[in-house]
Amino acid sequence: MALLTMVQAINQALAQAMEADGRVMVLGEDVGKNGGVFRATEGLQERFGEHRVVDTPLAESAIIGASIGLALNGMRPVAELQFMGFIYPAMDQLATQAARYRFRTAGQYTVPMVVRAPFGGGVRTPELHSDSLEVLCTHTPGLKVVIPSTPVDVKGLLLAAIDDPDPVMVLEPMKLYRAFRQEVPEQPYRLPLGKARLVREGKDLTVISWGAPVLLAEKVAAKLAEEKGLSLEVIDVRSLVPLDMETIAQSVEKTGRVLIVHEAVRTSGFAGEIVARINEEVFYSLEAPIVRLTGFDTPYPVPQVEDDWLPNERRLLQAIERALSD
Amino acid sequence: MSEWIQILAPDGSVRPGATVPLRDEQLLEMYRWMVLSRMFDQRAISLQRQGRIGTYAPFSGQEAAQIGCAFAVEKDDWIFPTYREIALTFVLGKKMSTALLYSMGHLHGTRSPEGVNLLPGQIMLATQIPQAVGAAWASKIRGEKAATIVFFGDGTTSKGDFHEGMNFAAVLGAPIVFVCMNNHWAISTPLSKQTATATIAEKAAAYGMPGVRVDGNDVMAVYAVAKDALERARRGEGPTLIEAVTYRYGPHTTSDDPTRYRTEEDVQLWQRRDPILRLHTYLTERGLWNEEREAALRQWCREQINAAVEEAERTSRSRLPEVFEFVYGEPTADLLRQREEAESFRALEEGK
Repeated sequence: MALLTMVQAINQALAQAMEADGRVMVLGEDVGKNGGVFRATEGLQERFGEHRVVDTPLAESAIIGASIGLALNGMRPVAELQFMGFIYPAMDQLATQAARYRFRTAGQYTVPMVVRAPFGGGVRTPELHSDSLEVLCTHTPGLKVVIPSTPVDVKGLLLAAIDDPDPVMVLEPMKLYRAFRQEVPEQPYRLPLGKARLVREGKDLTVISWGAPVLLAEKVAAKLAEEKGLSLEVIDVRSLVPLDMETIAQSVEKTGRVLIVHEAVRTSGFAGEIVARINEEVFYSLEAPIVRLTGFDTPYPVPQVEDDWLPNERRLLQAIERALSD
Repeated sequence: MSEWIQILAPDGSVRPGATVPLRDEQLLEMYRWMVLSRMFDQRAISLQRQGRIGTYAPFSGQEAAQIGCAFAVEKDDWIFPTYREIALTFVLGKKMSTALLYSMGHLHGTRSPEGVNLLPGQIMLATQIPQAVGAAWASKIRGEKAATIVFFGDGTTSKGDFHEGMNFAAVLGAPIVFVCMNNHWAISTPLSKQTATATIAEKAAAYGMPGVRVDGNDVMAVYAVAKDALERARRGEGPTLIEAVTYRYGPHTTSDDPTRYRTEEDVQLWQRRDPILRLHTYLTERGLWNEEREAALRQWCREQINAAVEEAERTSRSRLPEVFEFVYGEPTADLLRQREEAESFRALEEGK
């Protein structure tokens, strides 16, 4: 096993998928010669050639639309959106097309494609590169939405996404790309889509998150355990669609208290969906109102204020206090 | 090189039969802006390397294309630049300190100067094109003489909004000038992988508007072509596409490493066609410029840039509660509550 960052684990997964299956292609802006702006596809064009690792014109709608066509006609495209902030021109292709071919043709035509998109904040990007837009995808039946937050998870989930018969969005938290290394098994492996990861067991409070805040929650939980003897259970849902409600419900039944943390803006954020599901399924296990910690309802702000705007340690401590107070 | 319009050749000579479209004082003024912008650009890169500003998109090599256009616009015109048209915005009144604040991640970095219809530099490529068509349309509806000029790169011509905007403008006969700053590279993607046409200008034919290809490193030619197209728009004769052929010497942004995808020879080839050098040669040979003046100009530029850096660094940092201010004309009750929440974090922090 090698110690890999998330970016390296993505690179390895893509290489192994391409090695194993001649139908797998990588396409996007700057993914070939440049190896992607985050170097996730570094070396792939040299190894697999310009016909399988393709530098496309600067056109997100064409990248996704062409990927749909490739998938319809037997290929296994893995498209990269350079930043998730650039998804909007491709939303028509994703929402009205990729997500619906199976439905419209009763399964005669399917779109087994993967769209990778770096997303999330905290890395001082210029404007419009850091938004967390996962609910654009979760609100589109037909798309699966996966958000890995560790090197081990990203490899297993990306390989599973490539195998999946339906379009899968793999949203990759930029902040975690090189945040830490992990022992990643060399051999290809798959992790099931729709299974949460229990990051840390606890009994006082369930903290549910995905993407970059998972690492924050993990650190804060460890700190609170040491300093205050608090026992926080941390769940990385890893996949919003499908959502592992079983793991969430079991945890809520155990702790009776819930805090949901995401970077996306609050209104219509996915925390609202999880709150509703908890109310529907395990309401009577709750000992206190569910608390959410999210971005504020403003456009994603400039680098000078992003750390204050995002869920951060200070805000997380306050939210934990609130969730435990009633 | 395919056919293009050129007045000032790379060696600083005026092409036989060409007319210099500007007076000497205007050319001197342009020269000053070009040197100031180049020096600003170099300083900004070094500030980024020192960690004093964040991501920055250099424009060195493209000064003539930007400044030639800036001199062609009139006061009431509408201007839709991209993030790289930094030199252009300086000529139109944007302060250098504001450009620095933008890269420092300050909320005021996207603010426009007063008295000019200048939108912030576009980040979401091609979105500005249909918007500019709308702005031009509004001028036409009201019977105003204002024209609109919109800028974008070669990569952007691959996007749907480019096509939709060009088509719509031609159908409307909108008073607009489309300027493609063809610097040959969309991050790592060369023009040859962006389009199968030999030029960008020829795409105009498909929409039913004239397309003009100009040496983008020749400030005289850029000015003349932009001026003509803007006047054509003002006369109600509809849109024009201009392809200004130029080159970005530096990286796409300070996060990019161009040595991964292009050769030093390619850069050097374009540096021999440098926009500043050729105007310098022309002015010197006309007896309008000398070493003494050059030294004085450079000293003045250094002072201006130092003052801008100082002003930007003196500006107090943006604060979280400010982000709630301009979400709506009137903040919603929810937003006001969220602002209070944000302020309470601040108080908490300051109380510690």
